[in-house]
Amino acid sequence: MTFKAASWLTALAIALITAIPVAVVLLSLLHPDQAVWDHLWQYVLPELLVNTFWLVLGVGLGVSLLGVSLAWLTAACDYPGRRFFSWALLLPLALPAYVTAFVWLGLFDFTGTFTTFLRNHWGIAQVPQVRSRAGVILVMTLALYPYVYLTARAAFQGQGRRLMEAAQSLGQGRMRAFFSVALPMARPGIMAGLMLALMETLADFGTVAVFNYNTFTTAIYKSWFSLFSLPAAGQLASFLAFFVFVAVLLEQQLRARRSYAASAKSASSSPRIGLRGIPAGLAVFWSSLIFLIAFALPFWQILDWSASVFETDFDARYIEFAWRSLLLAGLGALLVAALALALGYAQRLARTTAMNVTARLATIGYALPGAVLAVGIYIPVAWLDNQLIDTFALDGQVLGGTLLVMLLAYCARFLAVSHGPIESGLGRIGRSIDEAALSLGVTGAKRLWRVHLPMLRVPLLTALALTFVDIMKELPITLMTRPFGWDTLAVRVFEMTSEGEWERAALPAAAIAIVGLLPVVYLIRKTDAHA
Amino acid sequence: MMKTALLVLALLAQIGAASAAEVVVYSARNEQLIKPLFDAYTRQTGVAVKFVTDKEGPLMARLKAEGRNTPADLFMTVDAGNLWQAAEEGLLKPVESKAMKANIPAHLRDPGNEWFGLSVRARTLVYNPNRVKPGELASYEDLASPKWKKRLCLRTSKKVYNQSLVATLIGEYGEDKAEAMVKGWVANLAAEPFPDDTKAMEAVAAGLCDVTVVNTYYYGRLMEKKPNLPLAIFWPNQALKGNTGVHVNVSGAGVTRHAKHAADAVKLLEWLSSDKAQNLYADVNMEYPANPKVKPDPAVAAWGSFKPNLINVAEAGRLQAKAVMLMDRAGYK
Repeated sequence: MTFKAASWLTALAIALITAIPVAVVLLSLLHPDQAVWDHLWQYVLPELLVNTFWLVLGVGLGVSLLGVSLAWLTAACDYPGRRFFSWALLLPLALPAYVTAFVWLGLFDFTGTFTTFLRNHWGIAQVPQVRSRAGVILVMTLALYPYVYLTARAAFQGQGRRLMEAAQSLGQGRMRAFFSVALPMARPGIMAGLMLALMETLADFGTVAVFNYNTFTTAIYKSWFSLFSLPAAGQLASFLAFFVFVAVLLEQQLRARRSYAASAKSASSSPRIGLRGIPAGLAVFWSSLIFLIAFALPFWQILDWSASVFETDFDARYIEFAWRSLLLAGLGALLVAALALALGYAQRLARTTAMNVTARLATIGYALPGAVLAVGIYIPVAWLDNQLIDTFALDGQVLGGTLLVMLLAYCARFLAVSHGPIESGLGRIGRSIDEAALSLGVTGAKRLWRVHLPMLRVPLLTALALTFVDIMKELPITLMTRPFGWDTLAVRVFEMTSEGEWERAALPAAAIAIVGLLPVVYLIRKTDAHA
Repeated sequence: MMKTALLVLALLAQIGAASAAEVVVYSARNEQLIKPLFDAYTRQTGVAVKFVTDKEGPLMARLKAEGRNTPADLFMTVDAGNLWQAAEEGLLKPVESKAMKANIPAHLRDPGNEWFGLSVRARTLVYNPNRVKPGELASYEDLASPKWKKRLCLRTSKKVYNQSLVATLIGEYGEDKAEAMVKGWVANLAAEPFPDDTKAMEAVAAGLCDVTVVNTYYYGRLMEKKPNLPLAIFWPNQALKGNTGVHVNVSGAGVTRHAKHAADAVKLLEWLSSDKAQNLYADVNMEYPANPKVKPDPAVAAWGSFKPNLINVAEAGRLQAKAVMLMDRAGYK
């Protein structure tokens, strides 16, 4: 078997994990629900298409600005506190966005702690309305910028400073060198994070629900849960997935022909850009500001709420919840990252449009609302179970409620999260390196292991960290596929929030943050070790 | 090769196969509300109760996908609309039980006996006594009158409790009149609809608006935490003539169509509706027992008694999708 054939086989096998559930969702297109569609078209869709447009635009700009600026500061510059900020700025990732959203309402809505204080003590009655388009964009930006931050950081770290030095030696100022060289070269990395943040935005239901801000995904859930039309929900979700598929494919094709390779070994050889005086002050201010409002403030509130219910709610079971969350997120992240690496490598060996389409298909699961994808996963699993039960006269499910199904389901959902950083990381490794390896007789798996993997250190750690935290927080798939009695920390958050007990939900949310962050901080600090 | 793979999977399945004396429950009612009950049941009868929680939509999709091989014996959820939908999709089966008929009033169970309400959730008015005299308040319908302009706060129409309330209005007045009423509510709103009942009540207490519509247990929970808030309960639609009263919804359960332990599931259902379990079931969330022979928790009883709307809760379930569309048309977000 040739390498090409092997890479195709690998890519198709991986894509199948996502393609099957997505195909199940697409099957809904065969059952049009005219009454629901007419209604949605006339009364629901016009408003929410506008809403979704602004949300995607606003969050897209927001996360790019925050993510890229902070990534550049911590990856390429040096200023007081840089070491701390380099890992602290990814912490918002560990807070479920809808919990953060609720914290924001609790602080800044009309009846919020902060607003009430202003009103009662300083007589300030007019404050900007937090339950607004700007409010939801702000909160989602603060929750999602770490995706861009991490992938952009990996890209900047992979560039090496020689690039900037070369540009500066050609007479460009530092600013211009950044915009004309460093930023364009980091584009694949930035886009990878941006795409993740935007897919998350499009598929989000929890956060927008707290703000009562209607988006496309709101309509999907409305069709399903309120109008009881799962087919209509599936159809809407299919359109959403198709839209994302085309958008991602276009972005990929547009830059397909350019090379973003840089000599990565130069990374450690040149010093960071040392900031002093006012620039250093601004860097510290900007990093602290984002850290404070995106993490410290909501986390402080979550801890405060947790403390208020700790005595009644905390018990020995939390050790089990935490252990299961860690196990699932750990195994899941390893598996997802391994598959993403295999997929990325297959793409490298067979660089064709068809392969690119296959890779986009394999990673489309992230663009679907979680609960819709969960059903898409569960239907074929249950079908297979039924075949087994009937064929062998069994008295119970074989696959349903097993760890295997859970892990495969996480792959279907989160492959994009690992694939993004890895794909852009692979893109930074020049072809010349492959050729050099070839000339030394190092090929195939050996080349991946000996040559590429060491160079993929940062992207791989980034992929693991992102996927790990995402699985820790994941709800719909965990709820639907977990074995009986197999509750996790995220499941605890669900039990509390679904009856509106947000303060009690803070305890498991804080546990997710604490338990989930330790491995992630460890991973990200490792990415710093080299640079 | 396919055969071998199937065989291996089949062998795996034999490990940990189900034991006899157990009931398997799929529940959209939260773990913290049902676990104490199931634990008590197991202590009393020795029958193990296995359960898994999720949202009602995914649970129903799951039951449907599993079909005749589902491990679930009992489907438990909140809101009559969801129960009605489960019956409509053929996921439940009729239960002929004298005990259930005796314990649960007719308007709180499915006319076809496929599901039974187990606790009652009353959706009532909560107002700020500093700004409203109880005499000003009358009914849900009255909240549409111009005198409440900029004085009303509501939770989002996406919550099933409001959908169910509007569904009963449709049942009572027909779609046109109900739509006019909902439009009246929307015109009276002092703020964008809130994500939950608690936030709406806090807005009333803070003086952003004067009155809102909430489930009583949210009021109970909030007042327990902040007893000094200027909030009071008003029971609407008590003086109106005809078949009306405080809007009630249920949390309830039904035996699944393909239950493996159907007889045990019925026993569990009967126990849940009995005076032994009803207080435990309702009090843990400050709801009302569905069984009229059982008195509510003293803290709940202190809010006073009321005349409920006796329209069958299944009717609200049937009209729920209509209600959602109506609220969209009326601009109630």
